[in-house]
Amino acid sequence: MVEHRTNTLEMRGGKLSVEVLEGGSGDPLVYLHGARALGGWNPHLDNLAGRYQVFAPCHPGIGASRGLEHLDDLWDLVLFYEEILENLTSRACHIVGLSYGGMIAAELAAQNTAKVRSLVLVGSLGLWLDEAPIADIYVMTPEERAKATWHNPASEVAQAYMAQPEDPMAKKEAELANIEALAATGKFIWPIPDKGLRKRIHRITSPALMVWGESDGLVPPAYAGEFQRLIPGSESVVLKECGHLPYLEQPEEYFEAVFDFLSRH
Amino acid sequence: MKVSFFHLMPYQSLPDDFAEKHRSAWVDLPNSNFDPQQGRHMYDDYLDELQYADQLGFDGVCVNEHHANAYGLMPSPNLIASILARSTSQSALIVLGNSIALYQPPIRVAEEMAMLDVLSGGRLVAGFPVGTSMDTTFAYGQVPIQLRERHTEAHDLIMKSWQTREPFMFNGKFNQLRYVNVWPRPLQQPHPPVWIPGSGSLETWDWVLQRNYVYCYLSYYGYLRGRRVLDGFWERTAQLGIDDNPYRVGFLQLVCVSETDSQAERDYAPHVDYFYNKMLRVYGPYAESPGYRSIESLRAGLRTAIGTNAQSSTSQPVGWKDWLEQGHVIAGSPATVRDRLKEAIQMLRVGHLMCLLHIGTMPKELTYKNMELFTSEVLPAIRDTWSEYSDPWWPATLSSRPEMAGLPGD
Repeated sequence: MVEHRTNTLEMRGGKLSVEVLEGGSGDPLVYLHGARALGGWNPHLDNLAGRYQVFAPCHPGIGASRGLEHLDDLWDLVLFYEEILENLTSRACHIVGLSYGGMIAAELAAQNTAKVRSLVLVGSLGLWLDEAPIADIYVMTPEERAKATWHNPASEVAQAYMAQPEDPMAKKEAELANIEALAATGKFIWPIPDKGLRKRIHRITSPALMVWGESDGLVPPAYAGEFQRLIPGSESVVLKECGHLPYLEQPEEYFEAVFDFLSRH
Repeated sequence: MKVSFFHLMPYQSLPDDFAEKHRSAWVDLPNSNFDPQQGRHMYDDYLDELQYADQLGFDGVCVNEHHANAYGLMPSPNLIASILARSTSQSALIVLGNSIALYQPPIRVAEEMAMLDVLSGGRLVAGFPVGTSMDTTFAYGQVPIQLRERHTEAHDLIMKSWQTREPFMFNGKFNQLRYVNVWPRPLQQPHPPVWIPGSGSLETWDWVLQRNYVYCYLSYYGYLRGRRVLDGFWERTAQLGIDDNPYRVGFLQLVCVSETDSQAERDYAPHVDYFYNKMLRVYGPYAESPGYRSIESLRAGLRTAIGTNAQSSTSQPVGWKDWLEQGHVIAGSPATVRDRLKEAIQMLRVGHLMCLLHIGTMPKELTYKNMELFTSEVLPAIRDTWSEYSDPWWPATLSSRPEMAGLPGD
């Protein structure tokens, strides 16, 4: 495991704080997690940190990232993330974003194209297709969510990921942490995660790679094609027998595609 | 004390197998299930019942707001209240309430409620619920974590508009208006009484007490459960050094009166069953969207009035005996109902009692029977409770009310 640490950035004179997991060395790579809590350092970050200096901030309102009340809308959020990036490094960054984090990554790339060295969108939100609506994660039963997230929900990796703590107190705290994360990210995507990226996506000039699972039932693979269509010169990879979390369900193919792309930029 | 007649206006014609085929009576039950012709008859009967309540001498008649469901057919309570403003004369019009975060801009509420107050001769009680998760975040798409902030700003704008005599500017986070100038303005001064329905969230208590409003706990699970929330409320009131005037609290209780205890079961059980097992059938995730309630409230283990049913239906009582034993419904002979209701009133320390006397599929004749037995046999025994307290949260024009009207034909 790569050496890693947790830092807290104080922003705007302490009005907001950002919990950032950090590890590895090399060119800077920022990872933006999805709608649920990031949890701690994990194999995905560890693998990325083998080749890059990885920064993984927790979204405002989650964990030790406080100050959500100061961010009213998506514009506020994107500008705040710009400030976070400046705080982390003065260099241009690779940005990898999963799902909700992908939406922010794409908005950042549209907002400040010089800061985004390259963009990797994994099962990303941000666009909307009436013919392929994005699932309402807030109302799914655990079974529905399992089916939509994984190509094979019965697999060892899926079962391990979805396992809940045995201890009732720990289980309750995990539930509350999850609700807190959904509440905080929901602030910017409720009730339909279509908040105007389509009007801004033409501004992205960073190289971009879309990585999707063919069996992603949360954000259907049609979106990989739509992102690719709208971001000039971008690439897209749709992995077979893979759901919404390719770095867990098809890690070999995922890292091969991602590292190949990153190394070319 | 004040005893009011609360109507929910349910849709009565859901099929027997509704619960097997549908996960919820709220949000996603297709409106193909609504038969407009039958709905028309329901509205007619319900309006008759509300008007009868006024004649029988209930202190107030109550309407409320819900959307996208078969539980209640009043997405616009103000439309119903406007009918009642002309067809009632001596009861308070308790609009409990307008989900103010859903009106854009909220001055719509200020305007409509001012109309109701003027039309009725100053009989409006203005309720400003935050609104259920189902209504606000799902049916009306509001961002859950912003809802209470929106509600607060809407409230501030409405209250200012009622008390300012010239146009003013409002530069809020959610509402920006250069010329707020609400015509008409309410008859009651400085404004109609404000009641806030809550479902146990801690923030609401402080907010209500600081502003000197009435806190209403509209639970369907009766006074034994209601006590848990209201004990907490009275404790908080004491902590803040505020008096314990029972008129600070409103409470909803299901009540069924018949000749005898066993006749009450025969009369009412199927209708109460429809209420609990169909009307309150809510798909769990709809009852509590993430951010609808603060993490602190969740951690304290409180559940919404509806969420309780949605999330733990296996632990719910399932029949008449349980509903009575657990105090969900106060039902039986007049003597039984008198005794239980007196107990409930004292236990909750409630000054504004609201009774649900039409429940579920009750036809009008049965509702009238319930209302008549209640007003003739039960109401006189509880009416003078809390007479040592004054009630500043009631329309002044009704405070010295005439003697209770007799039954029609007297």
